[in-house]
Amino acid sequence: MNVVVLAKYIPNPTGTPQLGEDFLLVREGVEGGLDPGDEPAIEAALEISEKAGGEVTVVSMGPEPAMEAVRKALSIGAHKGVVITDDALRGSDTLATATVLSAAIQLQEFDLVLAAVESTDGYTGTLPQALAEFLGVPALTFARKLELGEGTIRIERQTEGGYQVVESSLPALVTVTAGATTPRYPTLKGIMAAKQKPVERLALSDLGLSADDVRATQSVTGVEDAAERQAGEVIEDDGTAADRVVAFLKEAKVI
Amino acid sequence: MAGVWVYAELHDGAPATPALELLTKARELGQEVSAVALGAGATEAAGALGEHGAARVFAGDDAVFDEHLAQPRVEALHRLVQKHGPSLILFASSYDSRDVAGRLQARTASTLMGNATDVPAIDRARTSIFGGSKLVDVELAGPDPRLVLVRPKSFPAEPSGGTAEVIPVPADVPEEARAARIVERHEEEASGPKLEEAPVVVAGGRGLQDPKNFELLRELAGAIGSAAVGATRAVVDAGWVPYNMQVGQTGVTVKPDLYIAVGISGATQHLVGMRESKRIVAVNKDPDAPIFRVADLGVVGDALKVIPKVIEQIRSGG
Repeated sequence: MNVVVLAKYIPNPTGTPQLGEDFLLVREGVEGGLDPGDEPAIEAALEISEKAGGEVTVVSMGPEPAMEAVRKALSIGAHKGVVITDDALRGSDTLATATVLSAAIQLQEFDLVLAAVESTDGYTGTLPQALAEFLGVPALTFARKLELGEGTIRIERQTEGGYQVVESSLPALVTVTAGATTPRYPTLKGIMAAKQKPVERLALSDLGLSADDVRATQSVTGVEDAAERQAGEVIEDDGTAADRVVAFLKEAKVI
Repeated sequence: MAGVWVYAELHDGAPATPALELLTKARELGQEVSAVALGAGATEAAGALGEHGAARVFAGDDAVFDEHLAQPRVEALHRLVQKHGPSLILFASSYDSRDVAGRLQARTASTLMGNATDVPAIDRARTSIFGGSKLVDVELAGPDPRLVLVRPKSFPAEPSGGTAEVIPVPADVPEEARAARIVERHEEEASGPKLEEAPVVVAGGRGLQDPKNFELLRELAGAIGSAAVGATRAVVDAGWVPYNMQVGQTGVTVKPDLYIAVGISGATQHLVGMRESKRIVAVNKDPDAPIFRVADLGVVGDALKVIPKVIEQIRSGG
């Protein structure tokens, strides 16, 4: 059972994001790391390979520091990494990203591709589906539980009002929600071992692609501040705050 | 060959509300409006879709569209796109529509914009970023059809009183598109008004410290009456409450008359889903919590002390 898992390097999600002159998110000189949203999928990949054997390959497309995200995944147990870095990929949209990832994944042997539901910085949440289409496999999305069968996968798929049980033959792609697994932490031993694990670095040309294949289809024409909500009254609870809250509810005519 | 299409999701055989919102918007864009509805009840749904502005409804009632995840619907939608060449397809930002739009993009190699809050023109979309504090205008280039996923409640749903011509969609789905099969469906029980529709929402976050303290919010909602209980992503991910209670970027967008945020710090993820509430009350221990920047009334204090008193006062008639 060979599993490919996607990893994304993102600016520190608790930092204050900035837009550059070109309206792209400033990613240079900003502290970052592995998208925490990827960790449940990586954990799921490790658990599957521990049970069913085979290798976990971490694939990441991104700027130079994307290597850090891959190293982190290797330090918690993934076997090898693939990093696609190319100047032409700066500001790539989901179509370009799916094109590149699919080309890189097709060079691997895989039974299962795992990914987060969406990235924490871009949160479009359609990249895995586009990738699955390029790979010609079904996408079992929003899994809150995964179970491997004989050449099959079964998931509990989160829906707006409950969940569905979905089954598919392999190969398949599964997107993993945050609640699906409890990610493990890297150990010192794991961090040391990660340094020895193989990481393949690829440029666009290594995938038989050119800058024309990844041209952006969207351009930002303007950015403006949204109408600010006026911050209202803030009071310290001295034991009587409940009175003020109840008075507010009455003013709002909800009680 | 042009036109604006709305991919209309069906819930229990009726068009989902976001589909009607999107049709209302689509009418303003100056091209013929069509809807695509795939699954049980599609033909019947054409009535409501037409009433909201669809001149044509491509309807496929076959069970194959409901028995599998997105692939059969993508197959049918792609065939329609190849035949009719729409300029723009609007989708709701929901789980099922994200699945359909993402796969379709790989086939059409067209642009896809997620989380849009407005569609000012055929080739323009607007979105909000950084927790709704900035608005970004985007020009959508590339081959037709442009694909735009729009956040629910971005537009009102207003009928225009039209009727749609129904065009049946054949269920011609190859075997390889049927691999992912839905074998069970479970609806989680929800009592009281629906989160999306309730005039008052009481929501809780990590600051409640323990899942059992959510009971306090249910009591508060019960005391107020027409209130629903919501939650942040953090507590949903932690398994305290089911996903259908999640308010935020991923989750439900709410615009109630009153939003009561209890033990919620106000992460970007969450603010996007509730910042358009008419009034906001927040109770949180941390005076620097971002939630206070959007609250009309903020209480810096222990929710576990404040909320029981509020419930008591409401119950005793204030």
